[in-house]
Amino acid sequence: MVQAKLAKEKEFVQVRSATVRFAGDSGDGMQLAGSQFADIASMTGTVVRTLTDFPSEIRAPAGSLGGVSGFQLSFGDEEVRTPGDEPYVLIAMNPAALKMNLAELQPGGIVIVNEDEFTPGNLAKAAYSSNPLETGDLSSFRVIPVSMTRLNEEAVRPMNLSRKDAARCKNFFALGMTLWLYDRPLQPMLEWLMDKFRKNKAIMAANGASLRAGYNFADTAELFRVQHTVATARLPKGRYRRVTGNEAAALGLIAAANRAGRALVYASYPITPASEILHELSKHKEYDVRTLQTEDEIAACVAAMGASFAGAIGATGTSGPGLSLKAEGLGLAVMTELPMVCINVQRAGPSTGMPTKTEQADLLMAVYGRHGECPMPVLAAATPADCFQMTFEAVRLAVKYMTPVMLLSDSFLSSSAEPWRVLAPEELPDLRIAELPAGEDFAPYRRDPKTLSRPWVVPGTPKREHRIGGLEKLDGAGTVSYDAANHQRMVNLRAEKIAGISRDIPPAEVTGAKEGDLLVIGWGSTYGAIAAAVDELLHAGRRVAHLHLRYLNPFPANLGEILSKYERILVPENNMGHLCSLLRDRFLVNALPLPKVDGRTFRIREIQEHVETLLGGLFR
Amino acid sequence: MSAYESECCTADQPDATISLLTKKDFQSAQEVKWCPGCGDFGILSQVQNVLPKLGIPREKIVFVSGIGCSSRFPYYLNTYGIHGIHGRAPAIAMGVKCANPELSVWVVTGDGDSLSIGTNHLIHCLRRNLDLTILLLNNQIYGLTKGQYSPTSEFGKKTKSSPLGTIEQPIHPIPLALAAEGTFVARTVFADQAHLGKTIEAAARHKGTSFVEIRQNCVVFNDNVLGTFTDADTRGDHWIYLEQGRPIRFGKDGRKGLAMRGTQPEIVAVGEGGVREENLIVHDARGASNSQAYLLAGLAPPEFPTALGIFRQVEKPTYDDLLMDQIDDAIAKNGRGELAKLLNAGTTWLVE
Ligand code: SF4
Repeated sequence: MVQAKLAKEKEFVQVRSATVRFAGDSGDGMQLAGSQFADIASMTGTVVRTLTDFPSEIRAPAGSLGGVSGFQLSFGDEEVRTPGDEPYVLIAMNPAALKMNLAELQPGGIVIVNEDEFTPGNLAKAAYSSNPLETGDLSSFRVIPVSMTRLNEEAVRPMNLSRKDAARCKNFFALGMTLWLYDRPLQPMLEWLMDKFRKNKAIMAANGASLRAGYNFADTAELFRVQHTVATARLPKGRYRRVTGNEAAALGLIAAANRAGRALVYASYPITPASEILHELSKHKEYDVRTLQTEDEIAACVAAMGASFAGAIGATGTSGPGLSLKAEGLGLAVMTELPMVCINVQRAGPSTGMPTKTEQADLLMAVYGRHGECPMPVLAAATPADCFQMTFEAVRLAVKYMTPVMLLSDSFLSSSAEPWRVLAPEELPDLRIAELPAGEDFAPYRRDPKTLSRPWVVPGTPKREHRIGGLEKLDGAGTVSYDAANHQRMVNLRAEKIAGISRDIPPAEVTGAKEGDLLVIGWGSTYGAIAAAVDELLHAGRRVAHLHLRYLNPFPANLGEILSKYERILVPENNMGHLCSLLRDRFLVNALPLPKVDGRTFRIREIQEHVETLLGGLFR
Repeated sequence: MSAYESECCTADQPDATISLLTKKDFQSAQEVKWCPGCGDFGILSQVQNVLPKLGIPREKIVFVSGIGCSSRFPYYLNTYGIHGIHGRAPAIAMGVKCANPELSVWVVTGDGDSLSIGTNHLIHCLRRNLDLTILLLNNQIYGLTKGQYSPTSEFGKKTKSSPLGTIEQPIHPIPLALAAEGTFVARTVFADQAHLGKTIEAAARHKGTSFVEIRQNCVVFNDNVLGTFTDADTRGDHWIYLEQGRPIRFGKDGRKGLAMRGTQPEIVAVGEGGVREENLIVHDARGASNSQAYLLAGLAPPEFPTALGIFRQVEKPTYDDLLMDQIDDAIAKNGRGELAKLLNAGTTWLVE
């Protein structure tokens, strides 16, 4: 985001937002430094969006390029919608971290490096033939070399820690410097340390000393010409916390099961980047959360379905190849008309692909990827916090319509965090369902005339014993049927049931021009980049709008009408044009794809520039 | 000792509270569609005999199956049931049991279902020791798909898909179940209805995963697979009935016995050449080690007879109990979860 600099006082620069990236070896504690900075920035009134970048290798050698771990955050007023296109400040703890992150830094940006780590050995590991701090390669940036290792050692010497423990405090030195740079208070950080390390006073004191030393060093050594103050945000009142997409999805499942008055059974097989949902859920057993780590993806899917059959909220989560394996199980859930949720945290494919990189290329699989006529609702979360809302919504629809529901998230959402206004349980819909009146004569496939869903009667209910399964069912009675006309009728009914959900979801809404030259449609994690790009374009007087779909099957009922109001439709997606194809197919519109499959989500500028080019062509 | 007098059951006697349900209560209205003469009929009948004896209300019983002739089972029982997808019944059953541990959960599966496409789930179900009963109907052929060899078909078997004979060794279900640390592992045969019924009942009463291999025929594609059993003259020499705590004897009038020579089992003639009953292996399904069970499970024709009965029966904590214990412990420690507390956890801040 453009840094709007307004000199207020001599030593302060005021900006609307700032983007900072902490990068270092995986042992350097950059995730901790970054997330603590994010907490303080949140508590001091800014909107904060973060993104973690974990090393691609599990145990890469220290100092190597494969071992670099990063944490980026963007903070500022409410128009901060993404973790930032390009950092303005990069904290690089070693040469490898510098090398891996420099290309994305804003020209003129600040690079704070730990110069002590720029040894010949570390330079070689980062494939530098000469020391970039000496060659002038960094001349387009403001480089601030700091002897962090040494200064940290001096600061923590009174605590008499082992060499290793002492060295581990230097992330707090870097954090202290960054807090000074952005004029943030130290106090909340010191309080956090007191709580976190109350059982290890020496480590607490050392981290505190290092933090203060970094802060004071930045203040007195006059390394930075100015401090930056960042505009605060106007957010709706309430209590907030920061959540990643995976945390939010886990909370959404627990909340939904709780509001449905049922146990949650989450069955899953470990897979990047969905495993954190399993980890998070397995911590909350007192909420009657039953997590099953199954033997494979298929077992996870059908165990979730079995759990639903027995009356729990059954859910599973996966990514990439795991989704392929679940296809048959989801088909069974469609046929048996049992409620369950499958959260698919998409990653770059096909096959093993790039497990830690983001992509949105499972949309067509989600909508169509099962054998037979096999419709199921597909929802997509737009932001990390939205994963809460949409997971809850997935459960709501599953239970109400007796259907499996696919929720799409992705690697970007899973590792990105943003502020979430904590909801009170009463703000969430009640998901309990009315029991069938006793005595009413019962048939497992007799449908509710409004929703077309069949009754959810669970084992333990006397006199309603019934059998369901993958074979086609006789309409109403639910017994096995090979009757041709019945099959046609059941295929139609299953399709109508899912299509009818469009009456039960919010209508699509556009931001920007209600009609005009161009509508940018997105879904999933492209939300922030599209919203920010369209904002900029509107500021520039363009007749454009943004529509973000959170319901992809069925589409909101008013979508076709909205599409007809724009000259052109542009669909930026982290795939080769899945939604674009769906829109063309369903509405016969000339939607244009803007594909991107390089493992990263869109930058604001990429979308903005593409739209400018398109519109330029239109007006010329 | 006659085969039909075999006393295999070591399970507790039925509850004193007399179940009011009868076999008829467990018969569903669905027409049974197996081929006339199929072994499945007798197995269904025995299951329907056993269910009323268990004293479990009908609505608390769930039958889960996969795909294959045997997997039609749930449709024919008037309980709750899921006819699932190929091979996945144990995984579906795991979900059912973990959602409601009070249910009596049964898995009915076949040799193709659980020893080919779904072997993975079978093994993991056994090692977890979920409290459910698995009946594996082993007819050593693919019946529903009309006669291809199965993973338990004998080497060299000629079928539609192996006109020159199979070139693969069969998998043996009992050693597999033992390797997976099954806590109740038994084998029975459809043609001995009494043994079948007693074995199924003992399995149902066992807490933990009970695994019963039921040898059966497929009248259409593998009719003579149990020829040595159905022929009264050969049965005694080819089949052993295991009885807990008793020396292992078989053959006409129990004249043959099983003894050890070094590390290998050996068939001996009792009363000849100085061999006395004390020299025979005494069957113990409940020992600390399952090595004897392996030994007996490894007996196979042509060198040895095939053993029937309970190979292994031990108590171990069940997955579902442990799962619920962890939940109860968490509630005891942290209190029953309140949603507001969960949602407000971690670092929060107020925007005013
Ligand atoms: S094909 Fe064989 S196993 Fe299947 S029902 Fe017929 S006889 Fe029984």
